[in-house]
Amino acid sequence: MPESAVMTAEPRILRTQAEKDLLDLWRRKPERADSAAIATLRDAAIARFDKAGLPHRRVEEYKYTDLRALLKTVPPLAGRADVEAARAAAGPAAEGEVRLVFVDGHFEPALSGALPKGVTVESLANLLPHGHTLGDRLGLSATAMQDPLVGLNTAFMRDGVVIRVAARTKVAERIAIEHVATGAHAAFLRHAVAVEDLAEVTIVERYRGPADAASHVNEVVELTIGDGATVHWVKLQTEGLAAAHFSTLVVDLSEKAELDHFALGAGAAVARAQVFARFSGEHATLSTRAATLLEGRRHADATLVVDHAVPHGTSRELYRAVIDGEAKSVFQGKIVVRQHAQKTDGKMASNAVLLTDAAEAMNKPELEIFADDVVCGHGATAGELDERLKFYLMSRGIPAAEAETLLIMAFLGEAVDTIADEALRDQVTAEIEAWLERRAAAKAA
Amino acid sequence: MPAVQETVDQVLAIDVDQYKYGFETAIESDLAPKGLDESTVRFISAKKNEPEWLLEWRLDAFRRWQTMEEPTWARVDYPKIDFQDLYYYAAPKGTAGPKSLDEVDPELLRTYEKLGIPLREQEVLAGVQGARIAVDAVFDSVSVVTTFRDELKKAGVIFCSISEAVREHPELVRKYLGSVVPVTDNFYATLNSAVFSDGSFVYVPPGVRCPMELSTYFRINEKNTGQFERTLIIADRGAYVSYLEGCTAPQRDENQLHAAVVELVALEDAEIKYSTVQNWYPGDRDGKGGIYNFVTKRGDCREARAKISWTQVETGSAITWKYPSCILRGDESQGEFYSIAISNGYQQVDSGTKMIHLGKNTSSRIISKGISAGRSNNTYRGLVSINRKATNARNFTNCDSLLIGHDCGAHTVPYIETRNATATVEHEATTSKISEDQLFYCVSRGLSSEEAVALIVNGFVRDVLQQLPMEFAVEAQKLIGISLEGSVG
Repeated sequence: MPESAVMTAEPRILRTQAEKDLLDLWRRKPERADSAAIATLRDAAIARFDKAGLPHRRVEEYKYTDLRALLKTVPPLAGRADVEAARAAAGPAAEGEVRLVFVDGHFEPALSGALPKGVTVESLANLLPHGHTLGDRLGLSATAMQDPLVGLNTAFMRDGVVIRVAARTKVAERIAIEHVATGAHAAFLRHAVAVEDLAEVTIVERYRGPADAASHVNEVVELTIGDGATVHWVKLQTEGLAAAHFSTLVVDLSEKAELDHFALGAGAAVARAQVFARFSGEHATLSTRAATLLEGRRHADATLVVDHAVPHGTSRELYRAVIDGEAKSVFQGKIVVRQHAQKTDGKMASNAVLLTDAAEAMNKPELEIFADDVVCGHGATAGELDERLKFYLMSRGIPAAEAETLLIMAFLGEAVDTIADEALRDQVTAEIEAWLERRAAAKAA
Repeated sequence: MPAVQETVDQVLAIDVDQYKYGFETAIESDLAPKGLDESTVRFISAKKNEPEWLLEWRLDAFRRWQTMEEPTWARVDYPKIDFQDLYYYAAPKGTAGPKSLDEVDPELLRTYEKLGIPLREQEVLAGVQGARIAVDAVFDSVSVVTTFRDELKKAGVIFCSISEAVREHPELVRKYLGSVVPVTDNFYATLNSAVFSDGSFVYVPPGVRCPMELSTYFRINEKNTGQFERTLIIADRGAYVSYLEGCTAPQRDENQLHAAVVELVALEDAEIKYSTVQNWYPGDRDGKGGIYNFVTKRGDCREARAKISWTQVETGSAITWKYPSCILRGDESQGEFYSIAISNGYQQVDSGTKMIHLGKNTSSRIISKGISAGRSNNTYRGLVSINRKATNARNFTNCDSLLIGHDCGAHTVPYIETRNATATVEHEATTSKISEDQLFYCVSRGLSSEEAVALIVNGFVRDVLQQLPMEFAVEAQKLIGISLEGSVG
């Protein structure tokens, strides 16, 4: 080719393998019986993806999580497993829990328990052809709808649950949304949860999978919390080390609503957990904490946008990360206070402990404030474990490895100890201990 | 100044002119033709009798600039700039290369008098004892006068305009120009490289502590001109220099462009202290006019134990886009950034710093105080980057914002990148308003609410004010009062 031809050639977008996989997934059109409204949403979403591709480092929100580079492939969708295989994969239910089980992206009502009074659950797959119940619950937040991962979820969502907790219902049992991956499959889950006025409920999400399968999960939860209602939400993500896990929690808080949220991230090669919270009623409270454990070459991103749209909102965020090996942790937190949101009280803290020289921590705590009578602040730190503390413990006869473990537990403890439900707190602690044991074993070997 | 007189002055300032530097001086100027193409670049270079290598350097920058796009990531909003509708060179006529003050247009001297710049040494000497500052005055595009040269010469310090340095000390200029802010650094820095007209040059030889503060006053006077000054400061091994920069512009309806580049190089054990009081015309009450201040400032601690300290008081400009940075390359080098950014009216500020830790045991400190009033938006945007090899790096960052009024915004966008476990990085930021209790207390003691706000704000920014050289601190304190006029009540 003559040189001039090269110079004038139109720049062509080079698609990554993962982008090609996603577009193939779309073209293969698995049986979709969507309502017209849902079909329109999907078409718009895939058109956006076709144009922009996966978000990369030049997209500000993905500056530190370049999915063009990080996401190598996207596996195909899975067919429905037979009930017995699903039952085996899911294992027994925990005590005091009502389970909603998903296997490889499919809801398994047969494995799910009897619902408490005042709680209704519908399968999204059954609703998609109608769309009416869902219509008003999809697309809660404009910020969230513009997000590329939410866009992909909209394009490919196949199943999920629509949970409604009736007004004034205090649900004694925990409601557990469990997803089990059995192999290298992609799952696009969309849940809508409406907790009505003065109700109270504890919801736990668990994501598990085989140790070495490159499973792919993209889940979006749209949560609305009514006036005076309280939601405790705990998420445990302990997928295999080859997995990709993307999750988005979109929450809307009405007057005096309360969300108490905790997320553990201990699995997946590439993970991004997003929380988009919006205060639409006054005197609401949001508290969100996260503990992220990273080793090897894993990459985990916690992204948070808290939108104080009305006065008298309170938000508290505490994000803690422990980074080992050559892993990379990303925290992006943004508190927005709109012009009329006077008396907002927002505090955000992000702390990272780097256990090796090659570990990386990226922090971007943002404040965007348009109201003058507010108290907002954020703090961010990164560093290694305190040598003096370690020395003190060792001087008291505690071996070095154990001293490190103790200090890490204490560091994460501040985030974990605030989980209200004791059983869930114990589960999270057990997962952290398991991670630390694996670490100690790997070090010994 | 007696207290009564000062009060009278303050009251007058409130009534008469919101922006007291808003006068325009009628001086005949030598203008380059409007617009920008290669011939403009050649015109500027020829006007300054530049050597061939510099012309080539400019042309290279210009060609690269043509392929670049304006950055849009900052939180500022303004109509697109027509780069062809600007004059890129304006020099006061007939004063090319003044030998002494007597040759300078008296009108120009009166301008500086109005600005209160002590151009004449005797005036300085007659003033406060010890307040000896060497001044390089830049008018539109050209450096008109530099004071105290003989005394500086004795110490071996070179302080002159950059055009003069190109002629007299080409080896130094060639070695360091563009070595901190490369030609292709960003849109405005590249534009500056192509068309920079003048600016100051400082070289402090090894082991010399510069005997006095050095200072530059910039003023944009001519209509539709862009001011593209270029400052280059080199502190050789073990040297120390403190440099002050002040800026004003006349009041005009249209926006004027200011795109400067400042490069600092600190070698082993050297220290550079760079202070700015930026008071460009901010536009009128309705946001009309004002300066677009798109500046690239960067310091390079090139060798061990070098130290660079930026202090800025930003009260002017319609739009400020400025991130004085430190590259901490040498082991144990230090970077500091102290900033007060005040925005009122329709001003937009997007400012902050970058601390790039490359060497071992490097440390940096960022103290930023943002105050928003009126309908302004004030953003702190900063980067702390700890490189893999920056063992034991330390950073402390504190960004506080204060909001005055319901229509303004205060934003904080820090990026903190840690790639070394032995690093300790701490960042804290708060946003609050002036407490009613404090205001009430001050007013109950007989202060007007405006005075009370100025007092509280001065307390809020004290950490930064303390970093300024004495003479500047006093000026800055007054400027804060003036900038916040009309923000309460």
